[in-house]
Amino acid sequence: MEQKITHHLTDEILMAYAAGTLPEAFNLMVATHVSLCDECRAVVESYDALGGEVLDQTPGNDVALTPGSFAATMALIAGGAPDEIRAQRPKDAVLPQPLLDYVGGGLDTVKWRSVGMGVKQAILPTSSDASARLLYIPAGTAMPDHGHNGTEMTMVLQGAFQDEDDYFARGDVEVADSDLHHTPVADIHEDCICLAVTDAPLRFEGLLPKIAQRFARI
Amino acid sequence: MQDSDGKRMLWVDHMLRIRDDQDQTAFAELFDHFAPRVKGFLMKSGADASLAEECAQEVMATCWHKAHMFDPARASVATWIFTIARNRKIDVLRKQRRPEPEDLGWGPEDEPDQADVMALQQESEQLGRAIAELPPAQRELIQKAYFGDLSHSEIADQTGLPLGTIKSRIRLALERLRHAMK
Repeated sequence: MEQKITHHLTDEILMAYAAGTLPEAFNLMVATHVSLCDECRAVVESYDALGGEVLDQTPGNDVALTPGSFAATMALIAGGAPDEIRAQRPKDAVLPQPLLDYVGGGLDTVKWRSVGMGVKQAILPTSSDASARLLYIPAGTAMPDHGHNGTEMTMVLQGAFQDEDDYFARGDVEVADSDLHHTPVADIHEDCICLAVTDAPLRFEGLLPKIAQRFARI
Repeated sequence: MQDSDGKRMLWVDHMLRIRDDQDQTAFAELFDHFAPRVKGFLMKSGADASLAEECAQEVMATCWHKAHMFDPARASVATWIFTIARNRKIDVLRKQRRPEPEDLGWGPEDEPDQADVMALQQESEQLGRAIAELPPAQRELIQKAYFGDLSHSEIADQTGLPLGTIKSRIRLALERLRHAMK
C-alpha cells in the first residue's frame, strides 16, 4: 500500500515534460514520479492534450509534403514495425520502471560510490545539460548540502527525510531553487534512498566536508 | 464547431479501422490531415525540411504500427500523434532518450466504454475551442512553448515556459479533461 503523496511536481515542470523541452535528467524525474503518482499522470496527460490541440491547429496547408510522401510512408509500413527496445525487467520494490531502465537492473545492481559518512551516490547516464543521481543516506544522517544553483528536485524512493517545515516520504518530491536554504535529514527509522536531479553543474568536491552527522545523541 | 467535434470521433473511427482492418483509405485520410501538421510542427521545432519530412513519414508509420495502443478514452487522435511526434523530436533533434512512466496495469486490451470515449473527445474539443479563441499573441506563446521556440524575454522562469499566459478558460478545460481521464 503506497502512502498518499503530498509533495508533487510543479505544473511548469509537468507541462515542459509534455512539451518535450526538459533536459533528459528532468524527464527521468518526471517519469519516475508519474510512475507513482496518478494525480501528476493526469496533469501530464492533460498537457499532452494541449500539445495535441496545438498540433491540430498548426496550419497544414502551408507545409508541402514531398511528392511521393504517402507512398514512401506505405513502404515504411510494409517494412514492418521496428523492434520495441524497452527491456522487461522484474519489478523492484524501490525503483520504478524508468529508473530500472537507467540503472540497467534493480536496486541490487546499483553501482554506489561512497562520498563519506555512510552517504553513497550513483550518477545515472543522462545528457549533460542536467544530471541525475541516486543518493543513499543512512537513517538519521543529514543530506549532503548541495548549494542550489539551478533547479534541483529530490524525490524519495525509500525511507523519508524531513527539513525544518516538511516531511517527505516515498513519492514526495522537493523542488528547490537557489533561494532555498535548509538542512534535510533522513528519517531515523530507515536508510533513505532518493533520486536527485539538478541543472546546476555537479560539484563533486566540497560535498564531503559539508556532511554533518545528526542525531549524535542517540 | 460541431463539425470539428464530429471530426474527432471520425479520427477515432479511422484509427479503429486501421487497427482492425488495416484500412488504407482511412489511413490515407488520416495522413492527409496530420502528416503536413507533423512536418510543420517539426520544422517549427528546428528541423530542416528534409529531416522533418523523413520524421513525419516515420511518425505516420508508427501510427499504423501502434494503432492497437491507441486508447480513445484517454486521448484524442491529435494528442496521440502529438506524443509520437514529440518523442521522435527528442530522439532525432535532441539526440536524447525519453524516459517514459511505468505503464498502468490496465491497457487498451479491454475495449473502452463508448461513453468514456465520447466524454474525453468532447473535453478535448472544448480545450481546442478555448485555445482557438485566445487572443493571437497568447495563442502564439502556447504554440511556441510546445515548439521549444521561445525567446529569452518570453520565458517566464527557469522551466522555460510562459505558463502565466494560460488563461482561466484553458485551465478550466484542462481540469475537466483530467477528470474525464480518471
